[in-house]
Amino acid sequence: MSTTFDTIANIIAETCDIPRDTIKPESHAINDLGIDSLDFLDIAFAIDKAFGIKLPLEQWTQEVNDGKATTDQYFVLQNLCTRIDELVAAKGA
Amino acid sequence: MRLEYFQLIDRIVEIDLPGRKISSEATVPAESTIFEGHFPGYPLMPGVLLIETMAQTAGWLVVAANRFERMPFLAAVKEAKLRNFVKPNQVLNVSATLEHEGSGYAVTKARIRLNGDVVCDATITFRVLEFPNDEMKSMMHAWAKRIEFPSEVPAHG
Repeated sequence: MSTTFDTIANIIAETCDIPRDTIKPESHAINDLGIDSLDFLDIAFAIDKAFGIKLPLEQWTQEVNDGKATTDQYFVLQNLCTRIDELVAAKGA
Repeated sequence: MRLEYFQLIDRIVEIDLPGRKISSEATVPAESTIFEGHFPGYPLMPGVLLIETMAQTAGWLVVAANRFERMPFLAAVKEAKLRNFVKPNQVLNVSATLEHEGSGYAVTKARIRLNGDVVCDATITFRVLEFPNDEMKSMMHAWAKRIEFPSEVPAHG
């Protein structure tokens, strides 16, 4: 069974045509991988489908805009994996 | 359709906000200079204009969902399929559903039916922004009135 990171790295590689081996847990989706918000929307939809969850993009965007969160918390991939794992766990609870 | 103004739907038939869906109607004009070139002797509604017809229908749903406070701008068209020819004088039934709204984007699925048969469909994404100026906002209200944007859908707040 692949890890959360492997799954999202594969989704990013496929959706954005980014070489898989350049995608690391510490990569920032926007700053390091150059993914823009429109592409991230596609990635979020693919993640939703793969994990059976719904990423709260609107809430995250609002938190970043309000200065209550940094983009690192949601867009550094290892942090994104943690958020996904939390949502999957909440779904099963 | 007012092809010369790029305003492609004639009227909104229904907006169902709880159901996140809209339907509209558009009649292809009998004559247009577009048909003189596309194609000489065999007039066909250009596929890009069918995509725009779907986008405008889906766009009005996004306008309604945002209570006229924000404006959708076309950002992506995916999986557009043009399944059959559309000709002058034909009446198109356009429908769209809202798949995602929020985070500055709206994702919709839209289709056009002709006599019950699907002639095209696509997934259409919009960037949803503040109205760039009051003039545009008031023009959108005037346009909404012309295409019978339903009064029971709140236009403010």
